[in-house]
Amino acid sequence: MPHFTVTIEETGETYRCSDQHSLLAGMEALGRKGIPVGCRGGGCGVCKVEVLDGAIRTRAMSREHVSVDDEAGGRVLACRATPQTDIRLRVLGKMKRAVCQGAAAESTTTSQMTGD
Amino acid sequence: MAMTGVLRPGHAQLRVLDMEESVKFYTEVMGLIDMGRDAQGRAYFKCWDERDHHSIVLRQADRAGMDFFAFKVLDQATLDQYERDLKEYGVATERMPAGEMLNTGERVRFKIPTGHTIELYAEKKDVGNGMAYTNPEAWVPNLPGIAPIRMDHCLIYGGDIDGNRDLFEKVFGFSLVERIKLEDGTTDLATWLTCSAKAHDIAMVRHSEDDKLHHVSFRLESWEQVLRAADLMSMHRVSIDAGPTRHGVTRGTTIYFFDPSGNRLETFCGGYDFYPDMQPLTWTWDNVGAGVFYHDRKLNERFLAVVT
Repeated sequence: MPHFTVTIEETGETYRCSDQHSLLAGMEALGRKGIPVGCRGGGCGVCKVEVLDGAIRTRAMSREHVSVDDEAGGRVLACRATPQTDIRLRVLGKMKRAVCQGAAAESTTTSQMTGD
Repeated sequence: MAMTGVLRPGHAQLRVLDMEESVKFYTEVMGLIDMGRDAQGRAYFKCWDERDHHSIVLRQADRAGMDFFAFKVLDQATLDQYERDLKEYGVATERMPAGEMLNTGERVRFKIPTGHTIELYAEKKDVGNGMAYTNPEAWVPNLPGIAPIRMDHCLIYGGDIDGNRDLFEKVFGFSLVERIKLEDGTTDLATWLTCSAKAHDIAMVRHSEDDKLHHVSFRLESWEQVLRAADLMSMHRVSIDAGPTRHGVTRGTTIYFFDPSGNRLETFCGGYDFYPDMQPLTWTWDNVGAGVFYHDRKLNERFLAVVT
């Protein structure tokens, strides 16, 4: 199966991802970081990215997090997008933190950009 | 305590992004029994040991999450009384007609302070658990998938969880079983409530957005079954969130995982029996990690942030 190079703009991190895996699954399988990991099913919205260069194929994802305009503009959930070419992307999603600033602080200050 | 008012969680209606994929997941991986579709295209399922017609309803939608969560009450008179009690408490109610949901009687629908829609109903067709009502066998053999015995509880996220607790306690007589306090030592981050002798029938976490689902939970009968469920999830490439591990709160063993639309589910076992004379257990802020994940003793970031 074809593999493509995915580059995360902010960190310069790159990884190889097949056209059979989502951008998120490809990252996770190699233990790489950069895109926040949530439900992996298109429902929660935390892995939203903007594809700056390259072509993707997408599956259904929650309209609560990805509008029609978003989708047309390449702003999609990484768990529902598979690469068709090399990809350069920017991370848009983040873990929503509510009353638990303190709680999550221990884990999130170090992991905000690491995805876990 | 003789249970007379609210008996137990009865059904949850979940939104899914792809019905065909979801039906396959809920039957083949979860091992729920397919109980058919209605005219709106909703799909109905039950766990094998449940006797009523269904406990999970799936609706195709463009976003994930939970439409509503329902409790079964003792009988029609109890349903009518609760509707009066809700109105007296100041909550608007709506009657969903019998038959709007397959094999289900009238439902009383209302919103709780966190924005979630809750339903009460008294009647749902008894279809049995696959074994006889006279001289039954011990269990049903050759069930596919994880095959939990019942849909057990849910955990919801929203703002005014204090208002929720007041309503469930005052109108329906629920008891507070456990709570986690925020850093100020006063405010509840989370509460676990029961209407029965279970450790929880519904739980809630304070959150910036209303009407969010954290998980719907399914009960297994042993820790070994929980491990077997994790094996099946890996075989089917299910998205696992956390576990197998144990919760400090309720002492239940658990796996958090996601359905194909990103709705978090739990398969769990255990927990202790609660009676209304027992005082609630409290977890302090510095032990929140152990309260949620007893072995790791720290929260994963997703616990507080990933909801549908």
